[in-house]
Amino acid sequence: MAQDPIHQFHISQLVPIEIGGLDFSFTNSSLFMVATAAVAGGFLYMTTANRGLVPGRMQSVSEMSYEFVANMLRDGAGSQGMRFFPLVFSLFMFVLVANLIGMFPYFFTVTSHIIVTFMLAMLVIGTVVVYGFMKHGLGFLKLFVPQGVPGVLMPLVIAIEVISFLSRPISLSVRLFANMLAGHITLKVFAGFVTSLGALGALGVGGAILPLIMTVALTGLEFLVAFLQAYVFAVLTCMYLNDALHPGH
Amino acid sequence: MFVTPSFAQEATEDAATSEPEALHTETGVDDHGATAEGSFPPFDSSTFASQILWLAITFGLFYLFMQKVVVPRIGSILENRRDRIASDFDEADRLKTEADEAIAAYEQELAEAKTKANQIAQKARDDAKAEADIERTQVESDLAAKLSQAEARIAEIKAQALGEVDTIAEDTTAAIVEQLIGEPVSKSTASSAVKAAAAGEK
Repeated sequence: MAQDPIHQFHISQLVPIEIGGLDFSFTNSSLFMVATAAVAGGFLYMTTANRGLVPGRMQSVSEMSYEFVANMLRDGAGSQGMRFFPLVFSLFMFVLVANLIGMFPYFFTVTSHIIVTFMLAMLVIGTVVVYGFMKHGLGFLKLFVPQGVPGVLMPLVIAIEVISFLSRPISLSVRLFANMLAGHITLKVFAGFVTSLGALGALGVGGAILPLIMTVALTGLEFLVAFLQAYVFAVLTCMYLNDALHPGH
Repeated sequence: MFVTPSFAQEATEDAATSEPEALHTETGVDDHGATAEGSFPPFDSSTFASQILWLAITFGLFYLFMQKVVVPRIGSILENRRDRIASDFDEADRLKTEADEAIAAYEQELAEAKTKANQIAQKARDDAKAEADIERTQVESDLAAKLSQAEARIAEIKAQALGEVDTIAEDTTAAIVEQLIGEPVSKSTASSAVKAAAAGEK
């Protein structure tokens, strides 16, 4: 069981709660969601408590993440997009911290569950759709009608646009989920090789060096992926929000 | 990987009853918590409700915290810094202008002082020259006065000397005549004789 690469994704109840026949238990996943929000919020809150004119090291980290997301949003959706800054910033920080917390051994990775990433993706797409119709009314549907397309091709192009729009929440959620899941499984499998080869005696210990190096390298890669996927999630959010703000291509 | 050997061990121990038992252990291991049997945890829909609820709670609170506290705070910190830097730049500009003005004023004053110094020097030179001129004319006039005085005195002495010539001539005449004739001659005779001789000469 210790070497089962899937075990790390198991959800176990900590405080069983059941409402109306549905299981709303406080689980290890819930615990790490709370931890993610607490760590991210606590870090941002405490490092900026001094409001230093000349930032310290930790305050710089908070300011850099703020400006990083701000620039991302401004580039992706223009200055009008800044109204969505709290949302994009929250998404980026939440996903980033959830991914990074998942890198600790024995810790649960919240974003390795499709339902979590799918809900976050639906939040983004829901925001895009609701805001798009609120601001542009039916004009938001121009999103599906690119300009300068010959009339004959129009039905085909519209179909493609609609399908691509509908697949967005899926691609957005699956990308993050699959990256975190696959990364953690790979890490676990290679780390498992180390222990099982090590149990085979001297020769096995020698042979275990290779997967050990691999594990170390993969750990580095996973840290990169943890950041990169949070970045990708936020960038795509910005691009989708851009569609809500400026539906005409 | 660990389950399979244990399953094999149990199978060899008790071939007849091991199979259901072993299966039970296997599912017991996988069934950690309330998940459905043997399913892949991320696709286990029985945990979805709980995850959605807790995600909504945690992310919702996190979002509110970001929106109400953290984003305005970091925003104001950055804004303050931008303002401060801008005002510092303005201040630096202002000081630079002031310094430039001070330099210009200094240079102007320097030029003025130079002109003034030149003027003073020129005046001093002129004054000195005028004074020297006055002194010279005074000395010259003094000298001229002395010269004329001296000339007057010379003329006086000359006149006096000329006046005495008659007396000397009378005395000399009387002495010569006395020597020649051996008898004294009166002073008046000598005098008239000299006067007659002088008149005759003229």
